[in-house]
Amino acid sequence: MNDRTRGRAGGGCMTDQADGRPFLKVEGVSKSFGGVRALSEIELEVNRGEIRAIIGPNGAGKTTLINLISRVYPPDRGRITFAGRDITRVPTHRIASVGIGRTFQNVALFRGMTVLDNLMLGRHPLMRPGIFSSGIYWGLAQKKEVEHRARVEWIIDFLEITHIRKTLVAALPLGLQKRVELGRALAGEPTLLLLDEPMAGMNVEEKEDMVRFIFDINEELDKTIVLIEHDMGVVMDISQRVSALDFGVKIAEGTPDEVRANPAVIEAYLGTAAQQASR
Amino acid sequence: MVNRECGVFFSTYAADMRLFPLPLTRWTMVGIAGLGFVVFPLVASDYFLNIANLVCIAAVGAIGLNLLVGYTGQISVGHGAFIAAGAYAGALVVTRAGLPFWIALPFGGLMAAVVGAFFGIPSLRIKGLYLAIATLAAQFIIEWLIIHIEWISGGAESTVTVPKAAIGPWVLDTLLEQYFLNLIVLSLAIVFAMNLVRSPIGRAFIAIRDRDVAAEVIGVNLFRYKLLAFAVSSFYAGVTGILYALYLGAANYEQFDIATSIDFLAMIIIGGLGSILGSVFGAFFITVLPMALRVAVDGAVTAALFLFPAANISHVVQSMTAVKLILFGGLIIVFLIVEPEGLNKLWRNIKDYFRVWPYSY
Repeated sequence: MNDRTRGRAGGGCMTDQADGRPFLKVEGVSKSFGGVRALSEIELEVNRGEIRAIIGPNGAGKTTLINLISRVYPPDRGRITFAGRDITRVPTHRIASVGIGRTFQNVALFRGMTVLDNLMLGRHPLMRPGIFSSGIYWGLAQKKEVEHRARVEWIIDFLEITHIRKTLVAALPLGLQKRVELGRALAGEPTLLLLDEPMAGMNVEEKEDMVRFIFDINEELDKTIVLIEHDMGVVMDISQRVSALDFGVKIAEGTPDEVRANPAVIEAYLGTAAQQASR
Repeated sequence: MVNRECGVFFSTYAADMRLFPLPLTRWTMVGIAGLGFVVFPLVASDYFLNIANLVCIAAVGAIGLNLLVGYTGQISVGHGAFIAAGAYAGALVVTRAGLPFWIALPFGGLMAAVVGAFFGIPSLRIKGLYLAIATLAAQFIIEWLIIHIEWISGGAESTVTVPKAAIGPWVLDTLLEQYFLNLIVLSLAIVFAMNLVRSPIGRAFIAIRDRDVAAEVIGVNLFRYKLLAFAVSSFYAGVTGILYALYLGAANYEQFDIATSIDFLAMIIIGGLGSILGSVFGAFFITVLPMALRVAVDGAVTAALFLFPAANISHVVQSMTAVKLILFGGLIIVFLIVEPEGLNKLWRNIKDYFRVWPYSY
């Protein structure tokens, strides 16, 4: 994967910064759980069209940051703006219609549903179902369902999961589940995708597939991507910029090479991983 | 038998998303409808018509409860009370306002839906056993209100006598006519529920059951959909209540106590959680099993008396009520051990066996 993907990432697509304002902006955000300071005074700016990686050792607050951006819970302090809009107090169920989609670290698919239904549910923010039209179904509801189905089928095609569309997700291996979850996030037509460890627990082949999909989503579908990843090889290959967290504080930010060379990062986290990468 | 997909291909999404995509299944459904609407009424005696009526009425409520518990994953132990709310609301509309039953049916359902949605509010904060206790409170509060507010209960007996359903001058007072009424309502209830669960609303219900946090981030408004689930479920319960009142000729709170709530929970657990068909199976099982046991036990006693006329077994005869209850409980346990996912799973196993029959390797 390395040479090819690195070339593409290097030549990347940091194109769409016409207005100079960052697409996603996190300002002075803090969050505590009980007495534990999970995040303190985090600043983060992500440009449109970027692939941004967030790295850090376990417990650094990466997932907390993603959860704050996707409004799973509110920050104690600070402000989050997205596409020029303050989303700090947006209700959780509105975040998808704002344009933010996400996946979860420990695959949060709806296990009792088929792949198809999971993706259809991903389009929920774009639907306005009424109780009576749904219960009667024939006519209006059916017409809309077919329209949504056509869009979902396009994503199923794109992610190469046509063969499993009617399988219950509980019956799928982890690699495919992660891909289905990516599809579910895409189905809501977000402009920003938050991926929480999209490659955790995958083998090399599955990782290569996932990297390819992330690139395609970024370039062909023009989605901005923020991802958490532990595989340093992948992070260095695919991201244009990297932000490193440790103990809830941002300790470094820059291109992959800059971050890799940063002494604070090496001390906190990359010491062993950098050696592994050079091996 | 009814889901052999082999050789059936779809060229449009609409065809793929039909309620019964396979022609064979559609014909089976036509056959089942024919049995229920034509054959059974022709051959059944009053005894069996009575049973069928009770099964139909119970099945409506069981489907409603399954939408809430099986599909949305919210527990309600107050369903007896929601049934009572519908029964009294419908009964009062018929007796006081003199409106016909076909207005009382949706009205009672709506009243129950309002009550159910109100008592569903705790579900926004609590889940599982805690929610069960909160809805248990609904059971006692509503019962208390019905008994103590004379405007509702109409006096000391707390019984509202309801005239038989009538369409214009045509009074549905035979078992057969009531059977058709109940069967039609049940059919509508089944179709509505099956459509609902394959619609965006049904998907949202299942999403809340499977992963509520993920559902919310994806855009499902938990507040709206949990209350909607309680409302729809209670609407079904309310309709069941009015059907009971019309059938039995009275609305009485004693029919809708905590034991009713437990019975309905038993129906959907034995029938299969998250299955419309299973709810009907469960309603059938829980309604018919006690009757079957009564016939069996009484038959055994008669046989014993006939064989040993000299034996003094009066004390045995007296304890037969307890024996029936023990058998009832025991059979439920046996069923759940044999098939924890309910009768619907048994039916699915049978279908899956015949799916590729006779080449099932």
